[in-house]
Amino acid sequence: MRALLLRDLRLAVRAGGGFGLGLAFFLIVVVLVPFGVGPETALLTRIAPGILWLGALLACLLSLDRILALDWEDGSLDLIATAPLPLEAAVSVKALAHWLTTGLPLVAAAPVLGLLLNLPGPGYLWLVLSLAIGTPALSVIGTFGAALTVGLKRGGLLMSLLVLPLYVPTLIFGAEVARRGAEGMDPVTPLLMLGGLTCGTIALLPFASAAVLRVNLR
Amino acid sequence: MASIWEYANPRKFMATTDRVLPWISVAAVLALVVGLVWGFFFTPDDYKQGSTVKIIYLHVPAALMAINAWLMMLVASLIWIVRRHHVSALAARAAAPVGATMTLIALATGAIWGQPMWGTWWAWDPRLTSFLILFLFYLGYMALWAAIENDDTAADLTSVLCLVGSVFALLSRYAVNFWNQGLHQGASLSLDKEENVADVFYYPLLVAIAGFVLLFVTLVLLRTRTEIRARRMRALIARERMA
Repeated sequence: MRALLLRDLRLAVRAGGGFGLGLAFFLIVVVLVPFGVGPETALLTRIAPGILWLGALLACLLSLDRILALDWEDGSLDLIATAPLPLEAAVSVKALAHWLTTGLPLVAAAPVLGLLLNLPGPGYLWLVLSLAIGTPALSVIGTFGAALTVGLKRGGLLMSLLVLPLYVPTLIFGAEVARRGAEGMDPVTPLLMLGGLTCGTIALLPFASAAVLRVNLR
Repeated sequence: MASIWEYANPRKFMATTDRVLPWISVAAVLALVVGLVWGFFFTPDDYKQGSTVKIIYLHVPAALMAINAWLMMLVASLIWIVRRHHVSALAARAAAPVGATMTLIALATGAIWGQPMWGTWWAWDPRLTSFLILFLFYLGYMALWAAIENDDTAADLTSVLCLVGSVFALLSRYAVNFWNQGLHQGASLSLDKEENVADVFYYPLLVAIAGFVLLFVTLVLLRTRTEIRARRMRALIARERMA
């Protein structure tokens, strides 16, 4: 498991620049928003938590096809599947690697980008906390989407169509935590919901991902 | 002893549906015509909503079937996963576009009613939003069926998507409740409540619902039969090529 994790991390960092791509995309989305809605700080303050969550979600989505598609193309996915490691564990490790290379940098970058959008002071802590708790769910759900579409030639667009509706509950609770935090309300309830959602997806979805991956490798 | 699993045999399924389908379709047309005509022309206007209330005869049955179609797909997908009956997978596939259309009808009629009543075509109300999300799930499900060439692979993947999607659709339903307060009224019909809508509206509504259920059954059976025939045709063509 550790070998697989290290291998995925090394590949992400060294090959193809997938590591910085998600971050750069996040930055660009956040920079584009003021161009779209105008530079008034009051408005930006109001929509900042939602925009930051949406940007993080899209950046996550963008890098999903790298989780499995590259391994599928060069055949190493077959080797991973025939290895003694259960496929459920392999899928979980892949999701973890995706989170470490995409989700975690997003969490770290969010406060800086919050500055650009004039996020109010008490919001930073809750924004970072909600992203740190919510992005693992995004990675795990995304791995399921990637496993569903891995055998398809032009699966990218289809994967977005499949994955985005699955992201709805995570986005709602996550953005709610950030919004309530920024407006000085009590964000604990949605935070607990978000935590429950993340734990639930981590516990259950790898089985579904492994099941569809087995079908695709048949 | 006859069991429901006999219909997993496509021959048996085709023979039975061949006999049953005309009756069901005639019953569907009858119930729809009676329910809608009764509802539209022989019920009084509501004292507050005027004649706009009559859209209930399209809106409520369509919304009901939009959810029940997904439930039926869920059951059919489970049967496919557990017992691997092809008819079941094909029925799930056949139900998806019908369910999506029902969702669209419910959304459209709701918007048409909402414009004069709420003063807006669309509000981000929990019920409206969760129906929109349900529609997205239907779209994803159908797109996945269409994208995969191998029939069995497609059936397997869409079944799992249907299971996972059901869980997430339910989650979204409650998440959306949490996210925004509702404008939509509560349930008009329920089995355990003493009072439903007034009887003058209630009975034609029941007939219209029966009509929509029968219509759904008719369309699903028809589409399943088409799928089975298409598959037989492909098998025949493949066999001829081999010879």
